[in-house]
Amino acid sequence: MKNTVSTNTVSINTVSTSTVSTDTITGTRREVRRDILGAPALRPDGADKVQGKFAFSSDIWAEHMLWGATLRSPHPYARIVSIDLSAAFDIDGVEAIITAVDVPGKKTYGLISSDQPVFASDFVRYVGEPVACVAADHPETCRRALAAINVIYEVLTPLTDPERALLPETPKIHPDGNMLRYQKIICGDQTIQGEIIVENTYELGMQDQAFLGLEAAMAFPDSGGAGVDLVIATQWIHEDQKQIAACLDLPVDKVRVTLGGVGGAFGAREDISLQVHCCLLALKTSRPIKMQYSREESFYGHVHRHPAKIWIRHHATNEGIIQRIESKMVFDGGAYASTSAAVLINGITHIQGPYKCESATVHGFAVRTNNPPCGAMRGFGVVQACFAHESQMDKLAVACGLSPVEIRLRNAMRTGDKLITGQVIESVAPVERCIRETDAIPMPVPLARDANPLELVGGSGLTSLPQNIVRGVGWGVSIKNLMYSEKFDDYATARCQLHDGIVNLKFATAEVGQGFVVLAPQIARSVLGVDEVILDPVDTRIGSAGSTSASRQTWMSGGAVDGACRLVREQLFEHVGKIHNIDPLRLVIEDTDIVDMIGDFRISVIDASTGAHFDQTFEHHHRPTEELDENGQGNCHVAFAFVAHRAVVDVDVELGLVKVIQIATAQDVGRVLNPIAAIGQVEGGIAQGLGLAVMEEIVLDNGKIRNPSFTDYLLPTTLDMPDVIAVLIEEPEPQAPLGAKGIGEPPCISVTPAIAAAIRNATGRDLPRVPIRPQDICL
Amino acid sequence: MTPNTEVYQLNVNGKKCEVRDAWIGESLLYVLRERLGLPGAKGACEQGECGSCTVIMDDQAVCSCLVMAATAIDTEISTVEGLSVDGKLTDVQDAFVNEGAVQCGFCTPGLVVAVHNLLDTSPTPTDIEIKEAISGNICRCTGYGRIFEAVRSAAATRQETNK
Repeated sequence: MKNTVSTNTVSINTVSTSTVSTDTITGTRREVRRDILGAPALRPDGADKVQGKFAFSSDIWAEHMLWGATLRSPHPYARIVSIDLSAAFDIDGVEAIITAVDVPGKKTYGLISSDQPVFASDFVRYVGEPVACVAADHPETCRRALAAINVIYEVLTPLTDPERALLPETPKIHPDGNMLRYQKIICGDQTIQGEIIVENTYELGMQDQAFLGLEAAMAFPDSGGAGVDLVIATQWIHEDQKQIAACLDLPVDKVRVTLGGVGGAFGAREDISLQVHCCLLALKTSRPIKMQYSREESFYGHVHRHPAKIWIRHHATNEGIIQRIESKMVFDGGAYASTSAAVLINGITHIQGPYKCESATVHGFAVRTNNPPCGAMRGFGVVQACFAHESQMDKLAVACGLSPVEIRLRNAMRTGDKLITGQVIESVAPVERCIRETDAIPMPVPLARDANPLELVGGSGLTSLPQNIVRGVGWGVSIKNLMYSEKFDDYATARCQLHDGIVNLKFATAEVGQGFVVLAPQIARSVLGVDEVILDPVDTRIGSAGSTSASRQTWMSGGAVDGACRLVREQLFEHVGKIHNIDPLRLVIEDTDIVDMIGDFRISVIDASTGAHFDQTFEHHHRPTEELDENGQGNCHVAFAFVAHRAVVDVDVELGLVKVIQIATAQDVGRVLNPIAAIGQVEGGIAQGLGLAVMEEIVLDNGKIRNPSFTDYLLPTTLDMPDVIAVLIEEPEPQAPLGAKGIGEPPCISVTPAIAAAIRNATGRDLPRVPIRPQDICL
Repeated sequence: MTPNTEVYQLNVNGKKCEVRDAWIGESLLYVLRERLGLPGAKGACEQGECGSCTVIMDDQAVCSCLVMAATAIDTEISTVEGLSVDGKLTDVQDAFVNEGAVQCGFCTPGLVVAVHNLLDTSPTPTDIEIKEAISGNICRCTGYGRIFEAVRSAAATRQETNK
């Protein structure tokens, strides 16, 4: 079947940005004239996105393309007895079917350890594990072909209980064993018994990133199969390139990866999903292959947030000063390793929260089960730790007769304090200020007697009686590491070219919605005094930028762009100095001019760079970190950010329904580089944390996802979102190239425990597990 | 695939578009995106929950993933591509860009269509009306705060222009 109309060629969303901008158009809001750092610059891809012109990876279309689709295991654990493809090959329109035997290179992949098969060949270890792929002329043909593949399985008893995975007698479900990582932290006096001791066991369900733009890619084979171009929505094109090349047995430079438009990520695009399959089908058929997951398939096709069970005991003085923490943390990694080892380290090293603590005994386990694989999601192990430590802080407060605010202020950490890993906090650490500024935000007005029924809990269901509605208030405060940890050098690269007053920036930084495409031109304008900035396509024709994760791109890729622009500025000053016989050290950029600090000389950057061409590439590396030793000691993290949240909720105690009324927050951001982008990160993160608190959970039944759809996996809508009142605390971070900390993850971390605490406050219930369901409240 | 041999016609953005050689089971979303060169409507849930595929059919906002394309003959369909004239952004589109309502942008075309539909039928919506009207459009990036601002701002601009 042929398409009658070509929708899109391989458009790659190159954006050109200049600074005429909205102040002149709307006449409002703007005081800063140019879109430099600190200005509310607008996204250069905004106009295309609102008109439906922006090419997401799922929008790409090519002549003679075929559709690819994946056959997945229906069993959580089974041995593959046989695979019969013959009936599927007989279907008209099917061009290729591939299985494990068609993988020419490495048969497995993985971000940390390479333990996940491209296709299962002997055992399937989770429901949804890929077994085969087809290429055909139409998505419907693909569906029929998948249905015609006959796989005979010998079904085995799955291991779905993470606690059972810890037991030595439990049979191994993978040659690498069932323990993905064990790490302890032993610090300080192990004998301390506090005057006050509080303990509990907390649990978190499995959360999905639920980006809207489903996994999608298009692969274009070189003639003769010597290489392949892949256009894909991903978070880290160089890591994809490396892993794909190994599986295809091609040199790395023969796998050229270009970023397609990305419809959100939140961690779910860091691992390989359809990358290798799509390239294999393209090479096999010598035709372009388009692959796109369905929503149900997406639930099976990417990693999720780890479910966790955390036992924790706090020892404190009668005054509420924390002396020692004991904890056992178990993270369910699912069938394959992904980033579980790193998620675990984040969990255990953040279990003290943003509070001083001199002694700790922590045992962390990330285990393998036959549940869906878990890996990166916004907050990366710290979300789990924070729910536990913040729930404990409220217990401590009650035991000591203190308010939730007072117990947190008494223990708040500061710059120079030592973590339980022995690492000294060198980052700006305005924990106390985060708490005080959040506390100063006015509370919402009480629920009016004559409130619009639509505004009550239950909304348009009109289910709630006002007398059953109880209001509660709760707190959450968190610490989050920025960048990768434990010796990982996740550097970023950028190239800057200046000619005729125009800057071209090239980097491999994945724009997933966070707004690096607006920040990068702001940096260039600030450093170089230009207005027009062109962003070149994001592809593997430049060095790595690392992953768009770990709240790291503003710091890392921002640092790389800043560095490249500064090198160009040096060249520009030398060029101007030589022509006009001025010491280049006397030159500075003022607005869009180059001026002599001492004399009268002034020339516009446009004039100075006309006819010249400057070209510099810069790699930004963060300071080195260390691996943890046997006792969990070491400078394993680069830097930290902090945030406080206060939640106000209305609870219908009869029906167990919750409505979040207001979230107040003060976040340590270092420096606000773009207030529009910053508030967008804060509000978006809060929505995801709210989801985890009261509605979002992948429900598993013997390894099978019971709710793999947006009908059954509930996401916050406009009606679920409260008013968000945010204060951005600006205390520039000396280590950060632009003074700014990453702001992506902190908003979603402590808002979850804050909402849980508010529901506890309203109901008097213990509620040790999130998401909190109606039955947890009213039964 | 054995295609259907019949040809059918859809009226999209004021133009008559012929759909040939199509499998009769295709959704309106698929036909718009893959056959008519209009990828603005997005597929994200495929069951009418997220609103990313919203288009207007005879003045009603519908999820095009739930409409069989072949049943949409004799209706007037407008998509996000049909909103702006000569590349000039509409008031709603302009407000979305200026207020920071766009991040990844995947939900944006559906939201822009839904908000046009809201303001065309209810030019001065209250906050709760706005929330209700776009509660069928899921956004995973923004937390909706800037989207509310964009809708409020577009409604205000429209009021101002219509004075």
